[in-house]
Amino acid sequence: MTILLLAEHGAEGLKPATLNTVTAAVAIGGDIHILVAGQNCRPAAESAAKIPGIAKVLLADDAAYAHGMAEDVAPLIVKLARDASYSHVLASATTQGKNVLPRVAALLDVMQISDIAAVVSPDTFVRPIYAGNALATVQSKDGIKVITVRGTGFAAAPAEGGSAAIESVGGTAAAGLSEFVGAELSKSERPELTAARIVISGGRGMQSGDNFHLIEAIADKLGAAVGASRAAVDAGFVPNDYQVGQTGKIVAPELYIAVGISGAIQHLAGMKDSKVIVAINKDEEAPMFQIADYGLVGDLFKILPELDAELAKGK
Amino acid sequence: MKILVAVKRVVDYNVKVRVKADKTGVETANVKMSMNPFDEIGVEEALRLREAGVATEVVAVSMGVQQCQETIRTALAMGADRGIHVLSDAVLEPLAVAKLLKAIVEKEKPELVILGKQAIDDDCNQTGQMLAALLSWPQATFASKVKREGERLVVTREVDGGLETVSLKLPAVVTTDLRLNEPRYASLPNIMKAKKKPIDQLTPETLGVDVAPRLMTLKVEEPAKRQGGRKVASVAELVDKLRNEARVI
Repeated sequence: MTILLLAEHGAEGLKPATLNTVTAAVAIGGDIHILVAGQNCRPAAESAAKIPGIAKVLLADDAAYAHGMAEDVAPLIVKLARDASYSHVLASATTQGKNVLPRVAALLDVMQISDIAAVVSPDTFVRPIYAGNALATVQSKDGIKVITVRGTGFAAAPAEGGSAAIESVGGTAAAGLSEFVGAELSKSERPELTAARIVISGGRGMQSGDNFHLIEAIADKLGAAVGASRAAVDAGFVPNDYQVGQTGKIVAPELYIAVGISGAIQHLAGMKDSKVIVAINKDEEAPMFQIADYGLVGDLFKILPELDAELAKGK
Repeated sequence: MKILVAVKRVVDYNVKVRVKADKTGVETANVKMSMNPFDEIGVEEALRLREAGVATEVVAVSMGVQQCQETIRTALAMGADRGIHVLSDAVLEPLAVAKLLKAIVEKEKPELVILGKQAIDDDCNQTGQMLAALLSWPQATFASKVKREGERLVVTREVDGGLETVSLKLPAVVTTDLRLNEPRYASLPNIMKAKKKPIDQLTPETLGVDVAPRLMTLKVEEPAKRQGGRKVASVAELVDKLRNEARVI
């Protein structure tokens, strides 16, 4: 068995989600090859080569893969999967992985297994369905297993200690179907939402985008990432990439603080695997309190400044 | 241009699903069913493109049991022109649905197919991408803005880091994200009118598509329940618990 794993990387190098996907690959077993496809992405390939337990890094450095367009990257993965007869193709269940991998699966005539949260055996996996309200154990009968991996289901693999060889690959041209026009990426000094140890999220109860500074002040004291419920994103308080939930980002930090979030099942789907959950809400009946380890009922506009001051006191 | 919109019948998003006692799946008998919310956004976007004069016809397609016609009727009541129903009692996986849609695209020759980015039942997030692959068409997943510019479609996508804009050669596949639009409610006159709109019925056999599932569901279980519900009385108590009991800060 040999697994082909699509690395997630960007201007800052290899993204942390890749390390969780490596752990899933290790659980499946067999040799692991990491594919780094992009332009000027050798630094990401060098980082990938340092992950312990990687047999080989495949570097596809070509203008055709510059923006990771699915139309251009999928044929490359399909060619590699066929030529080298990989048993599994894995990617992180990020917007990048979700965009590219089903295209690969269809071209290979394989039914993808999306968003796995556990590995039972090399052909059997557990995946959440119905917003995580049920867990399905599914077995694939396809020759190649094409899988996206839910990062919160697998701990991050160590980033250092390995020294895999880097081999150049390529040989598929740009498909000419799509062009990258531009990106507006949120800039933040805070940790990435899906990789943060602590997440503090605001909901409709925040009432405005300006009020999110109350949350940001606490995030900065705790080294936390800032998230939001769908209601807060739909209302325009914060950008779309803040959204935690069934169809947004799935997070499972050590500590999740939900502020002014009632706790719709779609939001709970994105955070209920967090180790410790804190709910702050004026509505005592809010469903979030039922799953919270510590609930504090009250006016968040009073509680947040108090919390900020209390944290400032130190230990 | 003609737009094809795929609509799926799913358990309503407000229903708290229950796992069946025999662990074969979730209870769907006597449960409220609705159109997948992302597909409603897809129908709305197609209608807006027609209203803007960009599209000429909107065709709503659904696959599955006879009751999927209700989902198609909902799309027709919102304003879609006609429907196509592929009747099947089998479990239809995204790959099978993509193959069925491909067969319909080859008959109908739309320039644009719009689908929801994911269905809220199986949470797969695959069908649009698979359809695009099978047709060798470009794709724009997780769309928050769609605009036709000449022979191209310019789409803004919601990605993990923020927003990304791509330009696609038509014909193309688009999958919707939440911020694309706010779907309209069907008015009573339009619900009445929808009853007279035509729905063609096909089957996987007539379309020549093998829909045999590739995945076997061995069991479906409930996730572990969280033991929550404890309250603290003050901010000071909360911080103390987080520091000294949970030890997470």
